[in-house]
Amino acid sequence: MRALARLVARADGRGGTALVELHGETPLLLRQTPTDGGVATVHLVGGAAGPLAGDDLRLEIEVGPGAAVRVHSVAASIALPGRTGAVSRMAVRAVVHTGATLHWLPEQLVAAAGCAHLAESRIELAADATLWWRDELICGRYGEAPGGAVVHTQVDYAGRPLLRQSLAVGPHAPGWAGPAVLGGAPATGSLLVVDPSQPAEPPTVEGSVARLPLAGGPATLWTATAPDAHTLRTHLTP
Amino acid sequence: MATPSLLLLLADGRFPAGAHAHSGGLEAAVAAGRVTDLASLEAFLAGRLATAGLVGAAFAAAAHRAAVAETVGSAHPARSARPSDPPAGSAGRSAALARLDAELDARTAAPALRAVSRRQGRALLRAGRTIWPDARFADLPQKPGGAHQPLVLGLLCAAAGLSRVETATIAAYGTLTGAASAGVRLLGLDPYQVQALLVGLADACDGTAADAARAADDPPERLPAAAAPLADIHAEIHATWEVRLFAS
Repeated sequence: MRALARLVARADGRGGTALVELHGETPLLLRQTPTDGGVATVHLVGGAAGPLAGDDLRLEIEVGPGAAVRVHSVAASIALPGRTGAVSRMAVRAVVHTGATLHWLPEQLVAAAGCAHLAESRIELAADATLWWRDELICGRYGEAPGGAVVHTQVDYAGRPLLRQSLAVGPHAPGWAGPAVLGGAPATGSLLVVDPSQPAEPPTVEGSVARLPLAGGPATLWTATAPDAHTLRTHLTP
Repeated sequence: MATPSLLLLLADGRFPAGAHAHSGGLEAAVAAGRVTDLASLEAFLAGRLATAGLVGAAFAAAAHRAAVAETVGSAHPARSARPSDPPAGSAGRSAALARLDAELDARTAAPALRAVSRRQGRALLRAGRTIWPDARFADLPQKPGGAHQPLVLGLLCAAAGLSRVETATIAAYGTLTGAASAGVRLLGLDPYQVQALLVGLADACDGTAADAARAADDPPERLPAAAAPLADIHAEIHATWEVRLFAS
């Protein structure tokens, strides 16, 4: 399946946010849900199982100057095998303009056995934009070894590189489960917080969660490994 | 064709750039109980090669590419310039290296790892300035902590006349051998068995170097960004220790 979804938000001039475009295609459907305090809240609703290998899903998000958007999803997405040799792809492209805020807080991505999945996010932030961006990856369903999955995140802040990371797991990623990468943890993820109004804090580590101030902007990356999805979520909810 | 001796010299752990003082994250992984024996050391090395090894080798190769940019036309008369070719000359090299510096920062989330990379870059640069005084080290970005190690390595290898693939090979090989010899010291492993393990990883090392050298033709934002959550976590834990055997 191929699908393109698009979300465009603008400040409505009265302290709120209007969704001037909200368009989805099965299996990538967008639903506006009740909103609090000027933030437009949107849920991603999976209109089919998957993604299945061969699916090509794209989501474009634009948050205009001064607008605020929060995106959730109603359930974890489970990358599943499909046609032999095919890859499933979920590409998210987000542009957050000056004074705007985007919170991207979807449910987990589960890499099921035999999957071949690429999750690719590209985010462009203006100099005083605010971002919360959470990615959580579960390596296999219960008791199962995952197929191949790559979670690639590329964030630019004020035209400069802020974060580039590409986490690969599965049979084609040498050593991914070993002590240099995940150390056998089936769940891993990160939360990127870009907030020009917050002072930089020094790095800390608590157990398998690290808080890492980034070099390229007013940003902190929380990175974690965990024994399960629930613990991971606790780690990535500061 | 480069002089084989110079390749060996730059890849040698005895090259005076302080590589022996670093365990490549192994010391913290051992303390965490994650690396305990030969098998877990092998898994550590394989994971490190595929992540930090690939990224470091790609950036060394990209810095090498920037260093030799002005000679591309003459070295390959049949090949016309591509849009992604770095501009020639000192200003072009400075701009290309500054961009690589920022891109490598963006791939190094842990402040401790950024500091280690710059500290190793400084040490390598001290050696390089004495050995190849004519090299273009002045084009490196002037950062308080020093330039990232892979960037310095790329310039050093270019000055030594090594090829891009050789540069990437030295970088990838260094990520393996540093941690492997640290493993002998930290775990008291049999050095023969650890060498056998390195022999087993030689093909993977060559493959990583070849991938890295190829990737260096891509625009900087598309260079490899292979991440390893535990490398970041281990590095920040290690940085807080008061007593340690290795600097990283």
